[in-house]
Amino acid sequence: MLVIKNLRAAIEGKAILKGITLEVKPGEIHAIMGPNGSGKSTLAAVLAGREFAEVTEGTVTYLGRNLLEMAPEDRSKEGIFLGFQYPIEIPGVSMVNFMKTAVNEHRKHKGLEPLSASDFLKLMREKKELVEIDSKLANRSVNEGFSGGEKKKNEIFQMAILEPKLAILDETDSGLDIDALRIVANGVNRLKRPDNAAIVITHYQRLLDYIVPDVVHVLYDGRIVKTAGKELALELEKKGYDWIKQDVEKKEVL
Amino acid sequence: MNTLAERTERYYRLYEENIRKITESSVPYINSFRKDAITGFCNTGIPTRKSESYRYTNLDPFFNHDYKNYFIPEDSDFIKAEQFRCDVADLDAYGVVLLNGFYPTINGRMRELPGGILIGSLNEAAKKFSDKIERHYGKYVNSSSDGLVQLNIAMASDGVFIYVPAGAVLKRPVQVVNLVESETDMFNQHRNLIIVEDNADFTLIICDHTLSPVKFLTNAVTEVYVGENAHFDIMRVQNEHNNACKITHTFIHQEKSSHVSSNNITLHGGLVRNSTYHYLGGEGAESNSYGLFLADKFQHVDNYVNVDHAFPNCTSNQLFKGVLDDMATGAFNGRIYVHKDAQGTTAYQKNNNILLTDDAKMDTKPQLEIYADDVKCSHGATVGRLDDDALFYMQSRGINKREALLMLMFGFAHEVIRNIKVEALQERMDNLVMQRLKGELSRCASCMVRCDK
Repeated sequence: MLVIKNLRAAIEGKAILKGITLEVKPGEIHAIMGPNGSGKSTLAAVLAGREFAEVTEGTVTYLGRNLLEMAPEDRSKEGIFLGFQYPIEIPGVSMVNFMKTAVNEHRKHKGLEPLSASDFLKLMREKKELVEIDSKLANRSVNEGFSGGEKKKNEIFQMAILEPKLAILDETDSGLDIDALRIVANGVNRLKRPDNAAIVITHYQRLLDYIVPDVVHVLYDGRIVKTAGKELALELEKKGYDWIKQDVEKKEVL
Repeated sequence: MNTLAERTERYYRLYEENIRKITESSVPYINSFRKDAITGFCNTGIPTRKSESYRYTNLDPFFNHDYKNYFIPEDSDFIKAEQFRCDVADLDAYGVVLLNGFYPTINGRMRELPGGILIGSLNEAAKKFSDKIERHYGKYVNSSSDGLVQLNIAMASDGVFIYVPAGAVLKRPVQVVNLVESETDMFNQHRNLIIVEDNADFTLIICDHTLSPVKFLTNAVTEVYVGENAHFDIMRVQNEHNNACKITHTFIHQEKSSHVSSNNITLHGGLVRNSTYHYLGGEGAESNSYGLFLADKFQHVDNYVNVDHAFPNCTSNQLFKGVLDDMATGAFNGRIYVHKDAQGTTAYQKNNNILLTDDAKMDTKPQLEIYADDVKCSHGATVGRLDDDALFYMQSRGINKREALLMLMFGFAHEVIRNIKVEALQERMDNLVMQRLKGELSRCASCMVRCDK
């Protein structure tokens, strides 16, 4: 589904991603862990098409297409969803209008008629239950005045509506209390299907108690330095990141 | 008079040429203000950028011009005006049309609405209801600082008169459509007087339109009296062509515990200057002053607001927003004056602007003068670009860039529109703003008047 080969990217001339190679197959959940500043969010941004990071080398192939050549909105319409670490507030744009426009853009892309107002509201109602989001939030401006937890739930809510093939969740767990964490994870799990995949970026192992990954990668200094099964996450939780850092440095000395 | 600046002299000449005709058709009471006003005008002159409140607005392109035609209507003009009478199809409102500032002869020039509300020609009202005119006319206008107000007092002879008696509540708004129409370049002035007595509730919409493609200069003064505990909403929708200059001066006097909302929405216009003066003249009065403008090409829009807190425990709130494209320029000047005795004042002011190009320019200036101690005041101004993060957020959900930009601008504008209380009107405004942002709005498309006949 997604094949990343030797991806290098820089922000303002400073190399952040230093050769990432990764393959995600349908039905898989990949967790990307790593200490702060290792390049996790930059990787998410590059995959979603944010322009601040410049790709200097490497390829990203998504469903057989060159992902890096696609505009952010086309990536979305082709099934990529980025859950933001810091969801953006958009005053004056209502959630309903925002999501309705998004859904109808997706439908147009698939050659479908736009949803009628009543069908769309029905869809919203259905998905709201999934993420236990306060129904009043839907009538407000996008993320405006939402609490941290509400914003994160809103990301999962949008994901539920857009039904992506590949969801990239960038530290969706940060700043969540245990109840919100459970709701968010629950939302992700219920959306899981054999033909879609997810990349869950997280700093802590906590989220992985609820979302069970097939593969865990450790990103450090712009490189994937370790890849293993879900047991790696537990090991990181116990031992922290220092042993990984030492491992990497040792290898570099050798 | 030979020391007058050339352009001031030009308007003085216009006065000399027309004053006899103007005086003949007006009542003595209104005429009694004219002489002082023209003397004042000659002293003050047409404002220049040296004047603090016109610092960011260059009036030259419209005032350094010979207008052959100062409009005083003949009977035939009124017959023509009748053809513009029509129903407001979308909006449930009582409609009134002004042609070049004059109220047409229809219906005996005065119309009575439910609750004893009177709407009609100011000139006619001055003849029929001298008590009301003498009690209110010229009482709220402050002419000392602005030569254009004086020029209006000296020469204007008609406009809309509205009288809302004590306790009258009108659910449907009244809509005044100002049409300017001429075959040659034209200067016109009108004067409106609105009296909303104690405990009354009234909503007024004023729409400014140009009907022919010549150069227009309009200089209008509106005086408003809002009695104790009365509610008054006034909304101005401006949609004139790029060769038109619209200057409005609105003076709103509020009594105790009254509520006023003013909303200036400028969709199109070559040069637009709106001065809105709010006088909080009784305890517990509340005033909201809103404005939104969307300017492109070489358009210039200037909003001047003056909120005068003269009594304790009053609240005022200013919110003005602008979107400037191409080479458009704009200005906002918001003054809050809190008198020494106006303790317990709450006064807010906010001005946010978006520049879509490097060439667009916005000047914004708050001006707070506070002489009381117990005051809650805040002001803030921003001039910036659309939020890139928000744009990307929307794109990442599949919304294309053009649509996302539109939604962001619309959202920005909607923060002003959402303060309109009449829901149908709010929707109509949202649609107009959307059309304007998409570039689909011609000067006729927005017109609520259906003059296709």
